[in-house]
Formats: sequence, C-alpha cells, structure tokens
Amino acid sequence: MTEAVVRRTIVVQAPQDKAFHAFTERFGDFKPREHNMLVSPIAQTVFEPRVGGHIYDRGEDGSECRWARVLAFDPPLRVVFSWDIGPTWQVESDPDLTSEVEVRFVPETPDRTRVELEHRHLDRHGPGWEAVADGIGTGDGWPLYLARYADLLAGGA
Amino acid sequence: MGELAAGLPVTRSAVSQHLKVLKDAGLVTERAAGTRRIYRLNPTAVAALRDQLDTYWQRALTSYADLATQTPPTESSPTQTPPEETS
Repeated sequence: MTEAVVRRTIVVQAPQDKAFHAFTERFGDFKPREHNMLVSPIAQTVFEPRVGGHIYDRGEDGSECRWARVLAFDPPLRVVFSWDIGPTWQVESDPDLTSEVEVRFVPETPDRTRVELEHRHLDRHGPGWEAVADGIGTGDGWPLYLARYADLLAGGA
Repeated sequence: MGELAAGLPVTRSAVSQHLKVLKDAGLVTERAAGTRRIYRLNPTAVAALRDQLDTYWQRALTSYADLATQTPPTESSPTQTPPEETS
C-alpha cells in the first residue's frame, strides 16, 4: 500500500540542542520561499515555541497567515505541528482535514544529529481533492494517464 | 473497467490485472455499481500531494542543514559588525 506519508531524514553536523533550535527558530530562513499564502511578500515567519502556539507568516504589509498549530514542543527531542494547508495551497480551517508533521532530533555523536521528519495523515486532505480528482477524470487527466500507461505496456515495462 | 479496456491495446483481463496492481498500490480505488466496477483516481491526487510535499521537505531540509551547521545566531551574533574601536 502507498502510505499517505512523507519521510525525510538528514544528518547535520551540529549538536542535538543546536539542531533543534536551528529548526524552530530559523524555520522561515530555510522553508522554500515561493510558498506564500499571503498577498504580500513574507517579511517574517514565526514559530511560536510552545504547545498551542502557531507557525505563521507575516507579510510586509502586516497581514498574517497562521498555517500550523504546534502540537508538541519537547526541546531538544522533537516537535510536532499540524499542516493546515490544503492541496491547492490555501489555509485549511477544519482540523479534521489537516495533516501533521513530526520532527525528531536524534544525536548520533555529540556533534552530529540525525533529523527525522515525518509528514503523515496526508489522506486527511482527501476531501479537498474531489474537484481535482473530477478534473483528472476528464480532459487531459485519465486519457493522458492511459496513454502513458499504454506506452509503458508497449515498452514491455 | 470495460471503458478503460476499450481504450487500451491490451486484453480486458490484462487491464483487470493491472488495475488490481494499481489498487494494491493505493493508486486507484474500486467501487462496485451493479455489475460494473468503477475505478477512481482520487488517491493518485493524494500521491501528487505527497510528491509535492516530499519535494518541499527535501528542499527545506537541505537549506536547514546548511543553516544548522553554521554558527548559531545566538546572543552574540557573529554577523554583527564588530564594535568600533575607540580611538
């Protein structure tokens, strides 16, 4: 079965504590910049370091976009936050339709940390995909898919 | 299923087998409607979301690793200009 989860691991040359704080305090410095749900360019991304806090973007015009809720905050071990962003990059207000991200910081040596990220329950975003799925069923969705499928079969794959 | 088979240069049973593989892989869902079997691609959309997020986190973590390896911007930030010398 294809799991509705993304797992990523990276090893950083930094002690566990430093690795944890770099992640939570500098989140806005490393997240891909083009993902902005505000009209205004992002001036700052804030990761509130407590359970019940949010991760939010603040635009240059002062507008804010809260797109994650902090569900667990256990420095320097792990952090868990919700992913309140729908499949088409809009804020999802219904918690039942959101996924969650857990990041664990595992010390390999005193100077090296393995960072394990798991973005899970992606299927909870499912209902938001209905319209997209309907689109897939027509036009260049299914037919294109089938054409590629046929190519694969013809190629003996 | 018959509609799918009609559009493909393979036999109906081959399509059926391939759909079973796709179903087992979670890429399509199957629903019975009378004597027909209806396949939907909805989970493929979830797979697309997954691909998108996989790319997102790959990029984020790569940038993160660069930052985490650097000297942390703690109390005394190393990027600050050094204090001016008093003459």
